[in-house]
Amino acid sequence: MTTVRIPPTLRAETGGESAVPASGSTVRELLDDLTGRFPALRERIYPEGELARFVNVYVEGEDVRTREGLDTEVSDSSTVILLPAMAGGR
Amino acid sequence: MSATVREIGPREAREADALLVDVRSDEEWKVSHIPGALHVPMSQVEERLPDLVPDRSRPIITYCAVGARSHRILPTLDALGYEDAISMAGGIVAWRELGFPVDSESRLDEDKRERYSRHLLIPEVGEDGQRRLLETSILLIGAGGLGSPSALYLAAAGVGRIGIVDDDVVDSSNLQRQVLHSTAGLGKPKARSARKALMELNPDVEVVTYEERLTSENVDRILAGDWDLIVDGADNFPTRYLLNDASVWHDIPVVHGSIFRFEGQVTVFKPHEGPCYRCLFPQPPPPELAPSCAEGGVLGVLPGVIGSLQANEALKLALGIGEPAVGRLLLFDALGAKLDEVRVRRNPDCPVCGDNPTITEYIDYVDFCGGR
Repeated sequence: MTTVRIPPTLRAETGGESAVPASGSTVRELLDDLTGRFPALRERIYPEGELARFVNVYVEGEDVRTREGLDTEVSDSSTVILLPAMAGGR
Repeated sequence: MSATVREIGPREAREADALLVDVRSDEEWKVSHIPGALHVPMSQVEERLPDLVPDRSRPIITYCAVGARSHRILPTLDALGYEDAISMAGGIVAWRELGFPVDSESRLDEDKRERYSRHLLIPEVGEDGQRRLLETSILLIGAGGLGSPSALYLAAAGVGRIGIVDDDVVDSSNLQRQVLHSTAGLGKPKARSARKALMELNPDVEVVTYEERLTSENVDRILAGDWDLIVDGADNFPTRYLLNDASVWHDIPVVHGSIFRFEGQVTVFKPHEGPCYRCLFPQPPPPELAPSCAEGGVLGVLPGVIGSLQANEALKLALGIGEPAVGRLLLFDALGAKLDEVRVRRNPDCPVCGDNPTITEYIDYVDFCGGR
């Protein structure tokens, strides 16, 4: 299982969890598994199997959009981070 | 003469048989200036220059820190009747980078040597670095959670000129984290409250305040104030996208920070050398996924950590040392006590800083960010 880090603004969709295990050998399989278990998260960031434009997914510190997108490979030891922008400053 | 670009490089300026006029502040002049130059601060040019230089046909070359103020003052010289006035591109910073001589109180005075002694002891900073800080101008967007620690540390470090843009007033719910303000300042404009605190901390610093919210209408005027760097501590998406576009067009690096609850992000956007905010986040999240700290809360010390990291990046950039977080987004998690980083790459298709930009003027940022 790969651990996926959930940003604070999406934790209501994962029952408050900040890191959730998910299985799959690519980002797509990982997101399918993860959002299958958290349908509210699917609706937010992965509707109809498309990654919402406002969320970045990082595998080993690289934005998957600069690699093979949803086909980017992941392993059990990969660090996967979901990250939308945050605006807070004061 | 027209008001189009009228500049010459330092090399030509040095060769030219013209009077150099330094339009910077008294404080900046004291730190260092070009030998033989005449000093007339920008705000006094209209009143004093005609007496000091009665011959209107004498060629004049204006200069400032990096060349923005000296260019902006040219229409004033034209109006006074000077026939041959031009600005030196790149200012005294470019002059010095070419190895041309400057006069200064060659040593920092005793008070400054004492005040900045811990900087002078570090080989990477030293007297040259400290003088450089005293000549640096940094604009802070927001004097709130992030702006508080960065403003305090930048002022304490002797950054010579600090600008503060904030249209808010001090509220008691701010004081849990906005350490620039105090109970006595409740109800006062934050920009003014910040100015008072910074000047009490370090009278060497000139503080310029803008008691207004950054908008498409005022951003060009505010960014034209000869700023070397911007520290972004805004609290909303429209301001952040507006600042991004403006900073790319004005070519000013931005030290970005953002916070929410227990987590914060820091990076440096250096126009055309690294990615911009739109390369990192082409789109803001929908409003329901973008709660502000006022809505979602924030641990009081978190802006202290993130704002201090921003000040660290700003000082490194000003001093030209270390490895600024260009192309790297630092992710701080207060609960886990962890600092991670991810890579941010410049997007050649970016609508603002890309190879073929499609956005070339200000847009409706509130609308772009979903109405807030």
